[in-house]
Amino acid sequence: MSEREKLVVIGNGMAGMRTVEELLALAPDRYRITVFGAEPCGNYNRILLSPVLAGDKGLQDILLNDLDWYAERGITLHAGREVTAIDRARRRVRAADGTEAPYDRLLLATGSLPVVLPLPGADLDGVVTFRDIADVERMLAAAAGGRRAVVIGGGLLGLEAANGLGRRGMEVTVVHLAQSLMERQLDAPAAALLRRSLEARGLRILLEAQTEALLGAERVRAVRLADGRELEADLVVMAVGIRPNIALARDAGLHCERGVVVDDTLQTFDPRIYAVGECAQHRKTTYGLVAPLFEQAKVCANHLAFVGCTRYTGSVTSTRLKVTGVELFSAGDYLNAEGGDELVYQDPAGGIYKKVVVRGNRVSGAVLYGDSSDASWYFQLMREGTDVGEIRERLLFGQAHVGDAGHGGAHAVAAMDDAAEVCGCNGVCKGEIVRAITSKGLFTLEEVRAHTKASSSCGSCTGIVEQLLALTLGGDYSAPEVKPLCGCTGFTHEEVRRAIAENGLKTLPETMRFLEWRNPDGCQACRPALNYYLLCAWPGEYRDDGQSRFINERAHANIQRDGTYSVVPRIWGGVTSPAELRAIADVAERFEVPAVKLTGGQRIDLLGVPKERLPAVWHALNQAGLVSGHAYGKAVRTVKTCVGSEWCRFGTQDSTTLGIRMEKLCWGAWTPHKVKMGVSGCPRNCAEATIKDLGVIGVDSGWEIQVGGNGGVKVRATELLCRVKTMEEVLEYTGAFLQLYREEARYLERTAPWIERVGLAYVRRRLVEEDDGRRALYARFLDSQRRAQSDPWAERAQAPAHTGEFLPLARVG
Amino acid sequence: MNEPVRERVTAAVGADPAWVGIGPLAAIPVRGARVVQGPGGDIAVFRTSDDRVFALLDRCPHKGGPLSQGIVFDCRVACPLHNWVIDLEAGAACAPDEGRVPRFPVRVEDGIVYLDLRGRPEP
Repeated sequence: MSEREKLVVIGNGMAGMRTVEELLALAPDRYRITVFGAEPCGNYNRILLSPVLAGDKGLQDILLNDLDWYAERGITLHAGREVTAIDRARRRVRAADGTEAPYDRLLLATGSLPVVLPLPGADLDGVVTFRDIADVERMLAAAAGGRRAVVIGGGLLGLEAANGLGRRGMEVTVVHLAQSLMERQLDAPAAALLRRSLEARGLRILLEAQTEALLGAERVRAVRLADGRELEADLVVMAVGIRPNIALARDAGLHCERGVVVDDTLQTFDPRIYAVGECAQHRKTTYGLVAPLFEQAKVCANHLAFVGCTRYTGSVTSTRLKVTGVELFSAGDYLNAEGGDELVYQDPAGGIYKKVVVRGNRVSGAVLYGDSSDASWYFQLMREGTDVGEIRERLLFGQAHVGDAGHGGAHAVAAMDDAAEVCGCNGVCKGEIVRAITSKGLFTLEEVRAHTKASSSCGSCTGIVEQLLALTLGGDYSAPEVKPLCGCTGFTHEEVRRAIAENGLKTLPETMRFLEWRNPDGCQACRPALNYYLLCAWPGEYRDDGQSRFINERAHANIQRDGTYSVVPRIWGGVTSPAELRAIADVAERFEVPAVKLTGGQRIDLLGVPKERLPAVWHALNQAGLVSGHAYGKAVRTVKTCVGSEWCRFGTQDSTTLGIRMEKLCWGAWTPHKVKMGVSGCPRNCAEATIKDLGVIGVDSGWEIQVGGNGGVKVRATELLCRVKTMEEVLEYTGAFLQLYREEARYLERTAPWIERVGLAYVRRRLVEEDDGRRALYARFLDSQRRAQSDPWAERAQAPAHTGEFLPLARVG
Repeated sequence: MNEPVRERVTAAVGADPAWVGIGPLAAIPVRGARVVQGPGGDIAVFRTSDDRVFALLDRCPHKGGPLSQGIVFDCRVACPLHNWVIDLEAGAACAPDEGRVPRFPVRVEDGIVYLDLRGRPEP
């Protein structure tokens, strides 16, 4: 075996070890790893020091990696040995006790240091900072013996320290220089509510108070303020901020500003040296929260493992205060410095304050006090830049009030009973999820999905699961900013599609190679997505890969729970004839089909057909002129119609004729997810067109085209796209809409969430305002349809090449 | 219409009557599977992208889904019913799911696939 490369990690904290964990998952054997840590223990969750101080958790509860963890992975850990020098020329590091280690690659994760104010008396006994386990132990010792504590600094850390000491029985005074508490995260009204709540817990808070000196002989006994007041103190905690710990890097000649400067791959100016976490400065920003650090760790591990070309482009961060009983959340431009609109809900008596800042119909910041149950929803809207124009007036009332039928009231996750079901698809209750998060150390939505199955099927409970994560983990929860297509790649859906188009990638292996897929075979998530993207990008040219399709699309029938299939012939616009019905009845009898059912889309479903009989069933249906209804595919499925003006005494338009013409135009198109359409002949809307992906409603002057409806898990009514006069116009808009959806939505994204994500205004612009653009989309749709409209049943019923898919290979025994 | 290949026992491994020929390797799609109807139920015979062949009982340990109909990648298959991922080599569900699928010994000689159906399948 060849000699492994040597990776040295300086810093045994959350950033360094998270990177190592990510690295081991990608390339377990690439490096011999040596870790230096200044603290004499394994890696612990620094964020949970506040609950330890407050007595809500013990030290054992916050250990992330104990010493066995390092030993089991063959990692050499030098705990309690601080590195004092990096020799870049010889590629060695040296610790204070003389220990040396050579490296091929070096990872700096030295974190940050608490700021110590240069005050007289700052070096007295009883003056501590709040950064590590040793600090907490000093505070606990002081709390056991002393009575009075002064915390200098009314920011996040200072208040958590003050709360903890108060809970331990000390009389605590918070001395804060600014006009309001947590001014870096809160606006004035929220800060006032917070102050009131903390004072009600017995904390004394002095604002606009400057500390001048710490008094005492050997041990601190008082704090003197600039206005002359003296505050008695047995313990003084300085919590006035942190600064990146860069002394080592700077002494080694690495380029540093506020932190160690890194590029989008977390590489420093020395290509052998990387930096992650609080010591790193990326695009002028240093971070002091855990979520960005996890994102950095992922990217850095990718590059250390030589498996990818992911980039870190910065993080959108949010803050929660970990004080039991105080719900507080803040994110983004909470002060509205950039001139947006402020939506505010204020209930001083009830102790609730919500402010959401909206700029250009996008959420740009939020402050929540007293009720933060919708925090992750606002944060998601903000990160994803979702268009909230249509829900502005309900935005403040939370996710439960935006037409999310069936889930209203479920969002007060904190108040939910442990036995309350969260995921209806997989029968997972709140207690199981919370237990899994705490006992298995889960941090992300993906991990919760893998371990509990919650939110892994229809996805409608994703919001609740994310809230449970946030609730259980506090600030530890790291919601990824943009999600990669799947675990095989760091690229997003959009990046993959762009790469396919711009680089002329025309096969699956070529695409995976070009984008450096971690797994050359892909997985069950990415292969169908890539197959669709290639099919959409190169109509007629790309050769469909059956093995990368879900079974339903490979077999052109719907698999049922017992392994048999269902067959749904196309009934154009839901209009049929005695001859067609007779043919379907004959087939059902001849093949002894166990169940015949009418579908919601005005079709007939033949259920329980064994796979090997499918070609014969299709052949029989074909002979009566019936073709595949694509009821099994991510494809255009049905156009449902009402009887319309031909028969109905109220009908204003000929809905059946239009429905049939739409279905003839659109059948056979593969789409990111299933597409259902409907045409109603008058506004009474008997075809329920307003819960379809595209619905058309006849009015006196012509037709209304509606888009983005959904009758599934989340009921959503359509929104008006435009009004047109003629059937020809409806056809053009329909084709153009489908093509825009085909080209731009993510695979497995229905039209409703797609439109919510990009905004109806965008879809209107592309289809209604830009006439040339619409015509071009329509032309591309027609071009694609010319090659797509071939009955897959006929192809398979006749060609022996396909029988292998349907027949057993052999019978034995 | 092509008849399925049946009971093709040849001399190569056929010297040992336990090995039953089930058909040519070429009849199994790469990254795919075919079904063999056995005495104790259907058997899924998989072929990976590097031409390795595995035979498992065609029943997912979760809800009995036909594994032969799933998407094959690496040495694994995703069940078509609820997306459990089964390791073909181990005959077991991938973590965090738990469950085992009985396996059958397979050999490929001269492009022909043979199964050993004696006794109980390997656990």
